[in-house]
Amino acid sequence: MKQASIEDKLAVNKYTIDKDVHIKIDGKICKTCDKHYCLYACPAHCFTLSNGGITFSFEGCLECGSCRIVCPNRAVDWTLPRAGFGISYQYG
Amino acid sequence: MQVFDAIVVGAGPAGSACAYSLAKEGLEVLVVERGSFAGAKNTWGGAFYGPVLTNLLPDFWQEAPVERPIFQHRYSFLSGESCLSVDYTGPRFKSRPYNGFTMFRAKFDAWFASKAQQAGAIIATGLQADDVLKNGGRISGIRAGGDELPARVVVACDGVNSILAQKAGLRGELLPGDVKQGVKEVLEFPPGEVARRFNLFDGGGIDWEFIGDCTRGLPGGAFIYTNKESLSVGVVVGLKSLVETGIRADDLLEDFKRHPAVAGLIEGGRLVEYSAHLIPVSGLGMMPRRLYADGFLVAGDAAALVLGTGLALEGANFAVSSGIAAAQAVLKATKESDFSAKTLCYYQKLLEESFVLKDLKTHQKAPHFLENRRIYSLYPKLACELADSVFTSDGKPRKRTWKLLREKMKGRVSFYRMARDLIEAARAL
Ligand SMILES: Cc1cc2nc3c(=O)[nH]c(=O)nc-3n(C[C@H](O)[C@H](O)[C@H](O)COP(=O)(O)OP(=O)(O)OC[C@H]3O[C@@H](n4cnc5c(N)ncnc54)[C@H](O)[C@@H]3O)c2cc1C
Repeated sequence: MKQASIEDKLAVNKYTIDKDVHIKIDGKICKTCDKHYCLYACPAHCFTLSNGGITFSFEGCLECGSCRIVCPNRAVDWTLPRAGFGISYQYG
Repeated sequence: MQVFDAIVVGAGPAGSACAYSLAKEGLEVLVVERGSFAGAKNTWGGAFYGPVLTNLLPDFWQEAPVERPIFQHRYSFLSGESCLSVDYTGPRFKSRPYNGFTMFRAKFDAWFASKAQQAGAIIATGLQADDVLKNGGRISGIRAGGDELPARVVVACDGVNSILAQKAGLRGELLPGDVKQGVKEVLEFPPGEVARRFNLFDGGGIDWEFIGDCTRGLPGGAFIYTNKESLSVGVVVGLKSLVETGIRADDLLEDFKRHPAVAGLIEGGRLVEYSAHLIPVSGLGMMPRRLYADGFLVAGDAAALVLGTGLALEGANFAVSSGIAAAQAVLKATKESDFSAKTLCYYQKLLEESFVLKDLKTHQKAPHFLENRRIYSLYPKLACELADSVFTSDGKPRKRTWKLLREKMKGRVSFYRMARDLIEAARAL
């Protein structure tokens, strides 16, 4: 089986994307962080490292809550997406 | 404004079991579920160990959207390209009432919630509980979608990330060391293909767990569950160990899918879903000391009622059982018109008397034991190397198995250390 990229995986999922972002990160704190646990914690690769800082895209979020609890600096402001939005599993 | 007899937050197995039990007795129950349908936000392995549900819904599996009854349990140790397996099947697992079923949460949870609804509960999907209402010291309802919804009692069944149990002050923040992250793919096949590949012509299914290189030695394992015409393939790994080593669970899953013992079996499967979820795995070590407060109960994953022994990962049946116990406590409180902690503590007593807290107590050393890295690296490796030697016939004189083992252990683990690990395993599992 050929290796599936995370984009391939997320592409098959059903999402209802909100215009509001439900997870915010404090970029100033991220710039000073040398751990970047969020990169490895997120099973949807929502966090990316660029120019020493972290950027976050919420569209692929699987709402697992990992990023909320791994950040040692509490730089992740985590809430659930508004009811009716986000991931909608058809199998689960 | 209407005051509900009970508000149940979350329509997973715990919430639906609780709501069903309460509605059946004529209570006015509101279930608040954030997904657009019950199950929309939920994923797991998984296998449901059903007998607890037959108390509520006898023969539920004849009606519920289950995939396959589990006839076989298989454990495999992976090391490099090697794989050593133990496989168990017995007549008891093949007869009714079946011991376990593979199933999909998006389908099962929706069905279970519909049963609660038929019993009289109101299921409000697409509604999120944001906070508890407090009146004096007691909890008197929830805040959801900008509205205040009053109730005599609130039962928090909102899963591992439970906001409500935190707001009610029963538990603190989750710690990365107390959870495992599970990632899973559902791979679909043409009709009949899963049965052919796994020799499942009697309609049954396999619960197959892997330990070893599939997590690169990190605490956890991998799994394959056979569904009717698809496979659930995933990896479960300690979140703390992932971030500390800079390994991603989905990379482990890709490695696992390429392992020679696995690759051929899943070849050609069409990916139809990728999901992830956390599992609270520290048992009594993370469970809130009190599972009740004035006007408030917490059940299922929200209370960390999950049994993880390495051999078993069971949470859904614990959720159902705790949901039923919570309902019993609410019924008692209703009868006595007293929703204070003094009456609701009956819930915890019921759990202590049932398998829920008994099993967690029996295995309370398991979470610590399962942190031992040798279980995931050295021992699977030794087991595979030993099997390799035992089965090799190369024209050279053979050695006794015991001697082979001692040779392989040399410089890697002392006899004393291994004996200690064995004793600890015996005590924990
Ligand atoms: C990868 C993986 C494999 C697993 N394998 C197995 C297995 O094989 N066998 C087994 O028995 N268990 C397994 N489990 C564990 C099992 O899934 C859980 O223990 C079980 O789902 C717990 O049920 P629950 O009702 O307590 O919580 P959940 O199933 O998590 O349900 C919580 C519900 O509450 C809703 N909710 C959450 N917050 C709010 C809110 N604020 N407002 C409204 N609604 C809300 C959610 O949408 C959800 O529907 C596995 C778990 C994972 C992650």
